[in-house]
Amino acid sequence: MVAPVVLVIAVIIGYPLVRGLYLSLTDATEANVARDIGMNHIPATYTFVGLDNYTAVLSDGVFWSRLGWTVVWTVACVGITFALGLTLANLLNRKMKGRTFYRLALILPWAIPAFISVFTWRLLYNEKHGLLNKLLQGGGIDAIPWLNDPTWAKLSVIVVNVWLGVPFMLVALLGGLQSIPGELYEAAEMDGANAWQRFRNITVPSLRSVSSTVILLSTIWTFNMFPVIFLLTRGGPGDATEILVTYAYRLSFVDSPRNFSSSAAWGVLILLMLSAVAVVYRRALRKQGEVW
Amino acid sequence: MRDKKRSPLASTGLHATLIIAAVVAVFPPLWLLVTSFKPKNDAFTTAPVTDFTFANYTHVLAETSFLTWFGNSVVIVGVTTVLGVFLAATTGYAVSRFRFPGMRPLMWLLLITQMFPVAVLIVPLYNLMAGLGLLNQPTGLVITYLTIAVPFCAWMMKGFFDTIPVEIDESGRVDGLNPFGTFWRLVLPLARPGLAVTGFYTFVTAWAEVAYASAFMTGEENLTLAGGLQTFVSQYNNDWGSMTAAAVIVAVPAAAVFAFAQRHLVSGLTAGTTKG
Repeated sequence: MVAPVVLVIAVIIGYPLVRGLYLSLTDATEANVARDIGMNHIPATYTFVGLDNYTAVLSDGVFWSRLGWTVVWTVACVGITFALGLTLANLLNRKMKGRTFYRLALILPWAIPAFISVFTWRLLYNEKHGLLNKLLQGGGIDAIPWLNDPTWAKLSVIVVNVWLGVPFMLVALLGGLQSIPGELYEAAEMDGANAWQRFRNITVPSLRSVSSTVILLSTIWTFNMFPVIFLLTRGGPGDATEILVTYAYRLSFVDSPRNFSSSAAWGVLILLMLSAVAVVYRRALRKQGEVW
Repeated sequence: MRDKKRSPLASTGLHATLIIAAVVAVFPPLWLLVTSFKPKNDAFTTAPVTDFTFANYTHVLAETSFLTWFGNSVVIVGVTTVLGVFLAATTGYAVSRFRFPGMRPLMWLLLITQMFPVAVLIVPLYNLMAGLGLLNQPTGLVITYLTIAVPFCAWMMKGFFDTIPVEIDESGRVDGLNPFGTFWRLVLPLARPGLAVTGFYTFVTAWAEVAYASAFMTGEENLTLAGGLQTFVSQYNNDWGSMTAAAVIVAVPAAAVFAFAQRHLVSGLTAGTTKG
C-alpha cells in the first residue's frame, strides 16, 4: 500500500522539483523553450550553463535588497502576529460575558478567502476615495498614499498580513492554553506567585510545543506569502514591496521575455534558505528537550 | 481558568481591548458587505447604505462572466477535494501503520513541501502543463492543487490515524480482510473527523489560490474566481461595485464551510505535530 502513495508523491512533487532544479542550471527563456506556433513544433534550444544563473543572481544587488525586505517582512509579520495572538488568546482564556461572541468575531478574517480580504483592503486603502483617508480627512489630516509610497506600502502590506494571520495564531494558542491544567495555576497562586510569574513559569513553558509549531509554519507561510503582496501592490511601487517569491514569479510570468531559468534559480535559493531555517530551528528545539 | 473576581477597572480594560480587536477583525468584511449594497457610483462614500440596492448583484450575476468563473472554481475545487482527501488518507494511513525504510525522511518531505515556494514549482509545472496541453484546462489546475494540498493533509491524517488503536487493524486481518479492506471498511470510518478536516483544508486552499490560477488560466471563460475578480479592478478598470458583490458571493460559501470546520482544524494541525 505504501508503494503507490510514494509513487504519486514522487510524481506530483518530485518531478517538478527535479525539473525546476534542472531548469535553474540552463539558460531557458521564453524564446528558447519548446513551443508550438500554429502547426509547427519548435524544439527546445536552451543549453546547460551550470551555476551561471546562481552567480548572476547572487552577484546582483536586486537579490540582496529583496532578501533584506523579505526578512524584515517575515520577522515583522510573524513577530507582531504572534504577540497579538498570544495577548488575545490570554484575554479570551477567562470566564467572562460574551466570550463566544469575541471568539467568533476575532477568527472571522480566517474564514474569508485571502484574495477577497486583500481586495477589501485595497478598497479601504484607496488613496483618493478609500475609507481610511476619508476618516483622516475628517480629522484634518492629509491623505496618506497607503500603497503608492514605498514606506507606507511596506507598512500597509504588513498590516494586512498581520490582520490575516492573527486568527490562526489565536485559535492555536487558545487551544494550547486550554490544555494547561488549572491546578498548576492554583498551586502557584498558593505559593504566592503573581500574575506575571505565573505567566512566565507556567503559561510560557506549557505553550512551547504549540508555539514552536505555529511560529515555524507561519514563518514559512509568510516568507512565501504570494497573494497579499501580489494582489495588494503587485510588488510596487517600483519593487518596494516585492518579496523573493513575487519577484521570482514576476521573472517568469510578468516580465517579458519570460526568464524561466533565472526564476527557477531564485526559487531554488528560496527553498534552500527555508530548509536551512527549518533545520536550525528544529535543532534549537531539540536542544531544549523538545521531541518534535 | 480561575474564578477570582475581577476589579471593575480590569474588567473594563479586558472588554475594551477585546471590543477594539473584534471591531478591527470584523470591520473590513463588514464594510465589503455594506459597500456591495450601494449603487455603483457610491462605492466610496463613507456613509452607510443610503440607497439600498441589489443592482451590483444582478449586474454581476447577469452581465458578467462571474457565473462561468464560479462554475469553473466549483468543478476544480470539488474534484481536487475528493481526490486530495483520498490520496491524503491513503498516504497518512501508510505512514501511520507501516514501518518502512525511508519513513522519517518521507514525513520530513511531506512537511518540507510546505516550504516549496510557488516560484520553484510554477515554472516546471507550467512547462509540464504546456507539454501535456493542459494549460487553460481545469485538469491542469486540479493536478497543481493536489501538489499543494496532499502532502500537508497526509501529514495531518497521520496524526489522526495514530489515535486509532492498531488492534482494530489486527482484528480486521483476523477476519480475513486484506490491508486495503481493513483501511477502507474499518479504519476510515473511524477517522471521519480527520477526513473532514483535510477536506476543508483542501477546499479552502484551492478556493483561495491565486498564483497558479493567474498563471495557468488565461482565456476569460477559463478563469477561476481568483483570476476573474482581478479583472473587475485592474489597471484599466475600476468596477468596485461588481467586485464587492462578487466578493461577497465568493466569501459566503467559504465562510460557511470554514465555520463548520474551524474547531477541528487546529486540533488536526497540532495532532500532526505533537505525534509526528
